[in-house]
This record gives sequence, structure tokens and C-alpha cells, in this order.
Amino acid sequence: MSAHDTAERQYTLDRELQAYISECRGKEHSESFLISVLHKVQARYGYLSQEHMQEVAELLGVPASTVSGVATFYHFFRLQPQGKYKVSFCLGTACYVKGAPAIIDAFKEELGIDVGETTKDGLFSLEITRCLGVCGLAPVVMINETVHGKLTPASIPALIAGIRKKEEAG
Amino acid sequence: MCRLRDLLAATNGKGVRIVGTILEGYARLQAAARERMHERIKAHQIEIHIGDATCENAAGSLEVRDEFEKLIEASGRTDIVIKKTGCTGRCSAEPIVGVMQHGKPPFKYQSVTPEKVRRIFTEHILNGKIVLDYLLDKKTKNEYRYQVAFYKNSTYCGAEPFDALELADAGLRAAGLGETDVKLSLCLNRGLFISHCDVQYYMIVFPQIVRYRIRSRADLEKVIAGHLVGGMVVGDLVEEEDALFDRYLTTYADIEFFSKQTRLTLRNSGIVDPESLDDYVFYDGFGAAARVLDGMSPEEVVADVKKSGLRGRGGAGFLTGLKWEFAQKAKNPRRYIICNADEGDPGAFMDRSTLEGDPFSIIEGMIIGAYATGASQGYCYIRAEYPLAIQRVEMAIDKARAAGLLGKNILGSGFDFDLEIRLGAGAFVCGEETALMHSIEGRRGQPRIRPPFPAESGLWGCPTTINNVETWANVPVIFLYGADWFARIGTEKSKGTKVFALAGKVKNTGLVEVPMGTTLRNVIFDIGGGIPGDKMIKAVQTGGPSGGCIPVGMLDTEVDYDSLAAIGSIMGSGGMIVLDEDSCMVDVAKFFLEFTMSESCGKCTPCREGTLRMYEILERITRGEARHDDLDNLERLANLIKKTALCGLGQTAPNPVLSTLKHFKDEYEVHVRDRRCPAKVCKKLIVYEIDKEKCIGCTACARVCPVSCISGKPKMVHEIDKDKCIRCGQCWTTCKFDAIRKN
Repeated sequence: MSAHDTAERQYTLDRELQAYISECRGKEHSESFLISVLHKVQARYGYLSQEHMQEVAELLGVPASTVSGVATFYHFFRLQPQGKYKVSFCLGTACYVKGAPAIIDAFKEELGIDVGETTKDGLFSLEITRCLGVCGLAPVVMINETVHGKLTPASIPALIAGIRKKEEAG
Repeated sequence: MCRLRDLLAATNGKGVRIVGTILEGYARLQAAARERMHERIKAHQIEIHIGDATCENAAGSLEVRDEFEKLIEASGRTDIVIKKTGCTGRCSAEPIVGVMQHGKPPFKYQSVTPEKVRRIFTEHILNGKIVLDYLLDKKTKNEYRYQVAFYKNSTYCGAEPFDALELADAGLRAAGLGETDVKLSLCLNRGLFISHCDVQYYMIVFPQIVRYRIRSRADLEKVIAGHLVGGMVVGDLVEEEDALFDRYLTTYADIEFFSKQTRLTLRNSGIVDPESLDDYVFYDGFGAAARVLDGMSPEEVVADVKKSGLRGRGGAGFLTGLKWEFAQKAKNPRRYIICNADEGDPGAFMDRSTLEGDPFSIIEGMIIGAYATGASQGYCYIRAEYPLAIQRVEMAIDKARAAGLLGKNILGSGFDFDLEIRLGAGAFVCGEETALMHSIEGRRGQPRIRPPFPAESGLWGCPTTINNVETWANVPVIFLYGADWFARIGTEKSKGTKVFALAGKVKNTGLVEVPMGTTLRNVIFDIGGGIPGDKMIKAVQTGGPSGGCIPVGMLDTEVDYDSLAAIGSIMGSGGMIVLDEDSCMVDVAKFFLEFTMSESCGKCTPCREGTLRMYEILERITRGEARHDDLDNLERLANLIKKTALCGLGQTAPNPVLSTLKHFKDEYEVHVRDRRCPAKVCKKLIVYEIDKEKCIGCTACARVCPVSCISGKPKMVHEIDKDKCIRCGQCWTTCKFDAIRKN
């Protein structure tokens, strides 16, 4: 890409992100901010699209292959759109010993989707995460940034219904 | 390397070392913080402590706080204030609420809900009547005026040892005082802060918080008569020393879960407001850094850390002082330090608790480490799964910087050091130091071969010192209380304490900090309260996916780095998962292997391919499809990976398999030979049967069976066709009459 093209380029990343990336680019070891930038992009858009990754590469001045390599290496980064409520099952040891597999089954049954999928209404997506460090309340799930503990399969329908109700109420 | 005196000379331009100016500066900082804290305490009759940490919030502490806020506002009382604290580590009883009132002992409530809040507020806070039903650990039957905690000196050298609890109880009865007046408790301390060996007990009397030295029976009788009966402080026995443990035991001395612990790393978690610099400084926070910057050379700092015997708490247990020395002696003048807060071991959460509950202690430890190793830039690498920890550390860094404790010319010492947060992104392998540094550099977190070690060539090729959260949190303690003092705690080769994350099939789940050398039995039964239900303990898993399973026969093992390694496990980061008779050891091994297999970064073949092959063998064993040589192959492959993998993750990945093969071989053999799972966990090996005595013919099982293999008329005993059964277990889950048996 020539300098002229760069000047013409219209980015889809929002201005705030563009400003953050150019601030990073001005710092020493600018490439080391790649993961921080990807975190911010995902926090803003819910996932990392091909287009956004390309833009990050251009704005931060690192090869697109590096961006793609990093984005695919780390579990935390999503390359597909996620549900509004991201349900992360903790599969740490304590949760596993205390029956996490049955909790996962309960969610799958209630929502009719598998782990890694998103409901048709775009409301819920299911994913596995590693230990959330709330072992004392095992088994737990994190829905967006809220951790729910001491779950039983029987408590799942009410938990989901609560969120749906909140959504309907707007 | 510049010595501090040179730095000072450079700053004042006169070539004169000004001894004590940094400490004086710190003293002013602390005096101001204490003044503000005292103002706050004076202004409020009652302080309500509510935990605010990921675990507390998950248990409902935010709703509890909202309810208290509403009630306080409605009451119009301005002398009641809420204090935010981190988590105490008493997870299974959360949310915990402490009610601290002038002139009253501290009362703590457990598993508080908004409904309970309303009762606590009306009865206790407004009307002074304790809600006994909700008290933490429920052992208190009565209200009481005084609370007395004894600390036994384990290094007592005087004559006539006596049982203080017994004697105090008898003395109080003789004086006509009963349980309604005084609550007694005994705390373990292992002689940690009793400097005179002729003192048999320290005794703290609440609510006045007066410390007494008890050398003899006569001393104890004098305190009972003078203070508890007479209401007067017995001046000549008062001990002035303000011990490290006071802050915890001032609040939690009467709760066995805490009184049997020794809290160094977790000294502030659950006590201080993690977002308040004043609160941290109130308890001598940054005092260790001030002492180091004021009068010690970097070489002296390293010598002290070496003398303390502190070993890395992240897993491998390398001597911290030695690591620092390597970095100090490195040639390149540009150096870095890192806090490894990528707590990835499933089942370990002590680092999260410290980051959320006491973030300033990490910063202080890193200032000392940076000064010793000559680093001017540090990084705190925190896993993205810990949003609250990230927020707290960010806030702490900002506040420390604003107070002149980070940045240029820290405390006027001329020493510059600053700290930045870098986030992980969900890769277990990034706990490995070279992988972590690659991740900080913005790359894929793949490890590389060592040497060169980070102390020689780390971040961007510069000498780098990397320690984990718990290690950094211990550093200030060494400089506040002395390296010799620290080295008195623990065993010959493992000094200090270790925090364990106790979880799984145990009553009191949570964080337990004990001196190295404490037995597993002490931790699980005395502090953890044993196993829930009538179940039998089967094994303890320590060290996460890199550790092993310890059988019940070895529970008296005194835990330190070397003893755990000798029995095929590791200390690791301190995860301790209790397994009972319902846990299948083959399944547990498979669980860990599935973890390391999917977390393998793929760089080296033994780990990438080997763990997959091992997993396949375990799959066959748990599905009843094992071949006769599978166990031999499994063991051979495990040993091969251990010897040939590139990094720590791969080399330790076979540990859960090897340790279960060693200690639970018979359980594997039953799976292979008899196609049976004794713990009835491996689904494919379970045979479901209907108990004819219990079945009432409700038809629920037949309706739920996906392959229609259950037959029987309504109100008649049903039967399962074992050939058609796919062992999904739905009938077992559905039956309300306990009539489905697993065999």
C-alpha cells in the first residue's frame, strides 16, 4: 500500500480506537501494544472481524499476518460475532469436580445451541473458559463480566429467564 | 550500579549522604494517612465491612451493599459508614459482613442476603442486639462483652507450660463470669512474633485491643481479675509490639478458619479497602520500600532476600534472591521487572484475591525488586479473565504515582521506576516466563529454549526479573520484619508461608495460608473442616495440571517444595483440590490432560502430539475400549514427554497421569480389565438398573429415555434393556424415588 493510498484510506474502526492506536504507535516498542489494541477492538465490537484486523495492522504498522497469528493464538479473541450475553463456562478443576459438565448440558438444552454457537435472536452465545478463580463457589459461569456461583442444573432456566425478562423490559 | 547514597549525593549536589530523609518523608506520608483514617474512624460509630471481590460479588455482596446503603439513608444516621474490603478467602461463607462498633467486639455475619441485611440492620445496628443465627461459623451461642484471643508461643522455653484456655475458663467461672461475658479463642502462630521465649502466650483482649504478655499462671489470673472482671487495663503486663498478625486477628481471631492460619501474603486481603492508599499506608504499607530506599544498597537488598530463603511462589520454587542477583550482575544497564499475574492453573485463585484485595502490596514489592535489580520499568501481566483485578491494579498504580510512590524520584530518593499493565488473552502457556515475555512484546505466547534465562536476556533482549504475584507480595514483609525473622518460618529449605486455594469436596472452601511444613491433614481437616456429607476423602490434587494426586495415606506429608516433589506432585501455584470417593482418578487425570492438550502451544512435538496420544489412550480406557498394552504405553509416553518437551508446561503435563498411575494403578486396571468404573463417573462404564423395591412405576424414566429401552406398565416395576441402553444417565437424573442404581 502506497503512502497515497494510506492518506485516502477510510477506516471503519471508530475514532477513539484510531486515536488509541496512533498513540501506541508513537511509543517505544509500539508493536508490543498489539494485544492491548485487539482487546479494545473486541471490547468495542464484540469480536475481531477480518476488516478490523487489517486496519489494526495498517494503523499500528505490523504485518497483517502477525495480527492474524496473534488473534488466532489466544483463546480470548473471537473471530465471529458473539451473543449480547456471552456465557462462559468455567472448566477449572473445582468446577469440573463439582459438576460443571451438567451445568453446560443444562444451558445447551435451555438455549438449544451448542458450545461455540450463538442463539438465533443474537442474545446468547456459549463458550468454555479456563478457571475464573472463583473456585470456592464452584460450579460457576460468567455472563459477560458477572460471575454466577453455586449453580445447579435446576437453577439454569430461571437464570436465563431472568435475562430474557430484563431484555424484554428494555 | 549506583548506590543510593550516590543518587542522593547527585540530587542534593553536595556529595553528602542525608541519612533518614526518605524515612522522614515516609513518616510524614504515613502520619497524614493515619490522621485521615483516625478522623474517619472517629466520625463513625459503626463501620460495616463488606467484601468487594469477584467471589464476593458472585455470591451477592453487591446486592447486600445496596440494601445497607438504602437502610442507612432511610435511617438518617450519618455515623454509620460502609467500608469496602477485598475477599477474606472464606469463600463458602460469602458474602461476609463485619460490623465494627466502638466499644464492642467485631461481629461477622456469613452468607448474607438482602433479607438478612434488614434483620441485621434493625436488630444489631440500630438496637445493639446481635443476630446470633447469622454469625460466621455459627459457633457463638451468646452475645459477649469481651473477646479474648490467646497466641501460643511454640518456642516457649520457660517452666510449667499450661493450657491458657482451660485456666482462663476456670478463672472466669470462679469470678462468676460466663459465656455471655467473654468469648475465648486460641490462635496458632508458631512463635512467629513472640520475641521472648519466656513468654508463653500473647493475649489480646477485645474490644479494647490490649495485648498482654503472659509468662505464668499468675500473669493470666492478674489479667482476668484486673481487666475482665475489674474493667481496668493491667499496665505492667501490656505488650506494645504491634504484630503483623494483629490486623487480621483484630477482626477474625475467634474464627477457627482464620486463627489457625498464618497470613503474610494475605495480610491485608479482606481487611483493608483495596482502593485506599491511606488504608494500605496505615498498616505500614510502603514502609518497606522507604526503608530499602533510605538506607540499603541494591546488593544489601539482594543479600537480604537471599537470607530470607524466599522461593518463587509460582511453581518451580527457584530462590528469589538468586534470581535477583543474576539480573543485578547482568551487563546490560537496561533492565525490566515483571509481575506474572497470569494465574492460569485451574483451581488456583490466591493471586486474584491479592490483586483485588491488596494491589498496593504488589506495587511495593516491585519497587523493591526494581531497585535491587536496577530496573526502571516494570510490567504487570494480568490475565484478561480477571476484569476486577485489572481495574484494581490500574487504580492502585494511578494512586501510587500521584502520591510520588511510582515514577520519577520515588519518595525523594532519586530512584525512578514506573509500572504498566499488560493483558493476557487466555493462553495458559503464557504463565511460562519466556512465553509471557513474548506476549508482553505483542507476539504469540510461545516459549523458547532456556538458556539464556530472562535474568540475562528477557524482554527485548534485556535482563529481566520475573516473579509471580504471591512472591512479590511477600517481599515487603521481609523488609518490614527482617530476613532473619522471615527465615524462622517454614521448613529448612522452604521458608515462609504458602497460600493454598482449597476447593473441591471440602467444607470450608477458600484461601488458606499456612507456614511451609504444615501437613495436608491440618489444611484439609483443621482449617478446611473436612469432607461434606458422609463421604470419604480419596485424594488431594495439588499443583494444577502440572501437579499430581496424593493418596489419602499420605495426608500427613508436611507440605513444602521438596516433600511434594518427592511424592510425585508439585507445590505449583498452590491449587489444592480435594477429591472424595465419588471422584474417578482416571477421569481426573483425563481432565487435566485434556486441559494441557488444548493449551499446548504447538511449538514442540512431544507436547503437541504426545499429549494428544495420551489423551486418546485415556479416552479408550474410560470408554471401556482399552487395549491390553494401553497402560504400559501410557506410562512410557508420559515419561518420554516429561524428558523431551520444550517448556515447563509440556514437561509437567504427564504428572497427573504419572501420579495417578503410581498411587491408583488398581483403579486404572479395573477400568481396563473389568470395563468398570469403581467411582461410577465414566459414563460408558456404568450399568443402570432399576431397584425393584423402590420403583413405584411412575413411568418418568421410560418417558425420558431417548432410546426407549425402559419398559413397564404404569404402577408396575420397570426394567432397563441393558443391550439397548446408551448409558446417558437421564433416567438416573429423572427418577425421584432413588430407584435407578448405577453399577
